[in-house]
Amino acid sequence: MKKIEEILAEGVFLLSALMSIFAVAMICFFLFVNGIPAMAKIGLFDFLTGTQWRPNNNMYGILPMILGSIYVTAGAIVVGVPIGVLTAVFLSRFCPKGLYRIIKPAIDLLAGIPSVVYGFFGLVVIVPVMERLFGGGKSIATASLLLGIMILPTIIGVAESAINAVPESYYEGALALGASHERSVFFALLPAAGSGILAGVILGVGRAIGETMAVIMIAGNQPRMPKGLFEGVRTMTANIVMEMGYATDLHREALIATGVVLFVFILIINLSFSALKRRSAEI
Amino acid sequence: MSGYAAAGSMTAGKSASGADGRKRPEEKAAGKDRIQAINRQTPAQKARAYLRSPMSLFLLTLVFLSALVTVSVLVFLIIYILAKGVPYLTPDLFAWEYNSDNVSLMPAVVNTVSMTVLSLLIAVPLGIFAAVYLVEYARRGNKLVALVRITSETLTGIPSIVYGLFGFLLFAVTLGWGYSMLGGVLTLSIMILPTIMRTTEEALKSVPDSYREGSFGLGAGRLRTVFTIVLPSAVPGILAGIILGVGRIVGETAALMYTAGTVAGIPGSVMGSARTLSVHMYVLTSEGLHINQAYATAVVLLVIVALINGVSGFIAGKVARG
Repeated sequence: MKKIEEILAEGVFLLSALMSIFAVAMICFFLFVNGIPAMAKIGLFDFLTGTQWRPNNNMYGILPMILGSIYVTAGAIVVGVPIGVLTAVFLSRFCPKGLYRIIKPAIDLLAGIPSVVYGFFGLVVIVPVMERLFGGGKSIATASLLLGIMILPTIIGVAESAINAVPESYYEGALALGASHERSVFFALLPAAGSGILAGVILGVGRAIGETMAVIMIAGNQPRMPKGLFEGVRTMTANIVMEMGYATDLHREALIATGVVLFVFILIINLSFSALKRRSAEI
Repeated sequence: MSGYAAAGSMTAGKSASGADGRKRPEEKAAGKDRIQAINRQTPAQKARAYLRSPMSLFLLTLVFLSALVTVSVLVFLIIYILAKGVPYLTPDLFAWEYNSDNVSLMPAVVNTVSMTVLSLLIAVPLGIFAAVYLVEYARRGNKLVALVRITSETLTGIPSIVYGLFGFLLFAVTLGWGYSMLGGVLTLSIMILPTIMRTTEEALKSVPDSYREGSFGLGAGRLRTVFTIVLPSAVPGILAGIILGVGRIVGETAALMYTAGTVAGIPGSVMGSARTLSVHMYVLTSEGLHINQAYATAVVLLVIVALINGVSGFIAGKVARG
């Protein structure tokens, strides 16, 4: 016979556990209910593939923003993944213990710095430099560079634990076959850690595509089709933040619909991340 | 050959005696009952091995360069912001009242602290209770547990602007609160809930089962076991999660712009609009009139984040030592 408070407590614990399900359901509900009607009114095809974003003329095409988000994210991957993975290799296999105790907290600090501070740093340091070098200060290239730096700690963290999780026998086997330390690490350990590293990259993609405040300060935010590496661009996240403050009616609904598109992107990224993580856990 | 060389460099740190040790005669005599490292490598041998294998040298250079880039980016960012910002940390900047001349960050600091405390008050009990259910109550293979785990993973991955949009739609529009501190606090609570849940879960799992068995054996019920035995031993792990959550709140901007709003003062009640330090910094930067003060605000933010990281590192160290 259970006591009444035991039953009560279990109920409270269960309710708390249900909170995250409830939260996700609420977020989906509010986004979709407010966003789908706008998509229907504008026409899903026109909304997703329209190249003109002119709220004053009732033209709501978010293709420029979708492409903007994709380009900037791709750029961030090009900058961040090689440096991130190689740094993870360094931390896991090349770093002396004493140095590790300094570098690891430094990378944690890199992860903790607020995105406004990154954005500000980009605005006062990277933008002027890019302006002088390539003539395009607030541009895809600048945003890619800064986002590449911002996703470094994410990629380093996941990649390092993926490399550490590979059985030591892989490394020893390679050594015994006559490979050098570097060869063993790069051609025996890294391929074995592949799916774990890929999971880290996907997590980085999620961070880069969802980043808002840093991008808005350095990407230029022109709502037009991206023209080149050194031209300004507007991402989906920037679109929402810039216009939400004064938008009304269909304009506001179109912004929420932009959020829905972003949310769907993120859901796909999340699902592939968990699938990969499960796969790398099975190995 | 290069493999032999690399193996030598690996054992180099572990062996007790030096490479030239075995040349001395008295060492040779003692060598019978002492294990000698014969595959040691002098720096010159190492250099020769790398010259023979340019690929290895190339990879080694890449790895070191990348680590150097990562660290120097951080160092440069911190030094640059400190150098530009510290001279502007004037008493004016810390005045109690905000006005457009002094652009004081004090109200923003007060708002950040109060919103952090309120969010923790909501998210910490919920997160801990949820983790208790998942670890202590749920049976193995429970479908509900899988669903909770998937949804909390989803919550972790949602970008803050989507949270901001949701909070705006629910609290500001549907409930008609307008921009309010409470709306911001509730949005933040949902954001940090999965973090606290996950770290608490890990902490609870690391409490040995013998603790629970001992408690049950002495006749304690489930509830008493959880609160007097399991949770107290998991406190450091839970604290680490809370600090992670605090870090996320302090750095948050996008989720707060359209939930708590950007009013620069301290609101009279939780229903008033309030800006946190990060939002304050964003507004200063986008207005572009007070760049020096923005540097100074960045310094304050960096110091806070460094402190939070320091404390969490300290606690994590404690957890690791047990």
